[in-house]
Amino acid sequence: MSVTQGSAGNIAPGERMLRVNPLRRLLVRPETGSVVGSIAVWIFFAIVAGSSGFVSVRGTSSYLSVASEITIQAVPVALLMIAGEFDLSVGSTVGATGMIIAILTTQSGWNLWAAILVALIFAVLVGLLNGYLVLRTGLPSFIVTLGTAYILLGATTGITYIVLNGLTQVGGVDQAPGYKLAHAIFATTLSGNQFPIEIVWALLLVALATWLLVGTPFGNWIFGVGGDPNAARNVGVPVWRVKMLLFVATAVCSCLLAIIQVVTFTGADVLRGQNNEFIAIVAAVVGGVLLTGGYGSAIGAMFGALIFGMVEQGIVFAGVDADWYKAVVGVILLLAVLLNSYVRKLAMEVRR
Amino acid sequence: MSTVNTDTLPLLEVQNVSKYFGSVIALKDISMKLFAGQVMCLLGDNGAGKSTLIKILSGVHRPSEGQYLIEGKEVHFSSPRDALNAGIATVYQDLAMIPLMGISRNFFLGSEPTKGWGPFRRFDKKFADRVTREELARIGIQIRETSQPVGTLSGGERQSVAIARAVYFGAKVLILDEPTAALGVKEAGIVLRYIAQARARGLGVIFITHNPHHAYPIGDHFTLLNRGRSMGTFARSEISREELTSMMAGGEELEELGHELAEFARTDEKARAALAAAAQQFEAEAQQMHVEQLPAAFEEAQQRLDQPGSTDGKGTI
Repeated sequence: MSVTQGSAGNIAPGERMLRVNPLRRLLVRPETGSVVGSIAVWIFFAIVAGSSGFVSVRGTSSYLSVASEITIQAVPVALLMIAGEFDLSVGSTVGATGMIIAILTTQSGWNLWAAILVALIFAVLVGLLNGYLVLRTGLPSFIVTLGTAYILLGATTGITYIVLNGLTQVGGVDQAPGYKLAHAIFATTLSGNQFPIEIVWALLLVALATWLLVGTPFGNWIFGVGGDPNAARNVGVPVWRVKMLLFVATAVCSCLLAIIQVVTFTGADVLRGQNNEFIAIVAAVVGGVLLTGGYGSAIGAMFGALIFGMVEQGIVFAGVDADWYKAVVGVILLLAVLLNSYVRKLAMEVRR
Repeated sequence: MSTVNTDTLPLLEVQNVSKYFGSVIALKDISMKLFAGQVMCLLGDNGAGKSTLIKILSGVHRPSEGQYLIEGKEVHFSSPRDALNAGIATVYQDLAMIPLMGISRNFFLGSEPTKGWGPFRRFDKKFADRVTREELARIGIQIRETSQPVGTLSGGERQSVAIARAVYFGAKVLILDEPTAALGVKEAGIVLRYIAQARARGLGVIFITHNPHHAYPIGDHFTLLNRGRSMGTFARSEISREELTSMMAGGEELEELGHELAEFARTDEKARAALAAAAQQFEAEAQQMHVEQLPAAFEEAQQRLDQPGSTDGKGTI
């Protein structure tokens, strides 16, 4: 028993308690598994594919780039999952907002920044719609956002097909006014053209999300809402507002990814972002976020994304057929879920 | 124990409160007074209207009729938050704490202390940890780490932490919804002791339970509810534990139930006897029959058993 009944005030707090083993304390942190996993995966590919360039600057840059793009979606998805909801429309939102920017700039001749603003507003509306539908109907967000995902994908494809006379992709965004500045902010490379700036965006996002989660009252509400919405409501947490804001955040981050991709590739494709929703959820789960909500971290989601990036690029460097990538991801996911359920059990027992 | 002081204003009072859900009468003409430094036990069986009354008191429902007064002034709460702001804190049996969250985070959930300014306003963890430790030590719960998940505490301790939280945030009235229902004897003792402490601090406590053995030692007054109506409010001096238990269970109803059960047993015996007689009759007849006749005869025998009116009175129903 961790708790002793004693006469109040006689004993200085903590005096009668054994010290907690620091190793066990580390073990029950949500992100520990993914950090250890990242190191293991890196060592594995350093041995298997080290000679073919995995540990080189180019190799490191390639997996960090993949990991960053996943992180930008996985971090807000992780926060939303901690709050007890899913968003399966993040992939379709990338496609839709990317296409909005591309069409407005190339077909209507808009300034790139104006197009970005419209895309951001659209993303906010998508988030609000998702949140409203989920909260108003009380249906599982898994199903509701799957519905909005298909609506977005279908409508984006249909409208693009009409506007572009039968095409579903478009290029030439770099001709739009304002592109130079946008490129410097969203698509430039750092340290001798080695590392894309999206890595910085991903790190900023992780820092912001971590600060929000552990440093602010809002973060406390996220955990509370996901842990037990009724209990949270009873003590005055605005459950609706918390979930609504997080749905908006996931959509806005999808838009951020779309901006980065459109500016980098100077074009858009309606299919861009497809399957991102599952990759984001898997990264969050590998990073220690519980599927049932109430537990997890943004740093964990980042390491989950890093594992993804290293596996995806590592397999290429190792000369193995890239088709094996998904099989490996499946194995990692199952291992991570097993580890998570074990860690949660440990968390509830560790101090007994 | 304390007696009702008619000079002071009651902390909380309801007058002839009724609540209807459509055509269903959930509560009818309930009147109740709660004074500071007193424990009012609200007793009643399942469906007696306890939950509806608590929900009115805690701002979840509005009464259909009647008045709700706090310190003599009529109030109309539109949400639990309103009630909370008026000093009415409700602790629900299993909806009080979030198991996977740390104790201090749970303690301040919804009312987080902050420090810093503007966008740098942040959760004051040090303050939260210190206060949580102090408040729990005050009720005799020593914790090793304030970050330890609430799920590692026992049920009684969890209830106590929830109550300590309500007290810390300035509750004048504590409404405890079946705080001892799921607890063992020792655990329930922890909670009861803490209720006594809260009373000693001058809070008014409404303690909902269906266990008179938990209610009697701690209660100053007892209000009994039955089928949405009040069976009366009694001071401790007016009622014995046995009377309370008997009223609680609905003494007369219980006696009636005893008769009914005995009647079931008798008819059951009769039915068994009838079945045996029918079987015997069939067996006797069957011995003098041809094999082909048997199924038809069996059917006939069954019909005889099913239709008590058409039998020949040879010991069937």
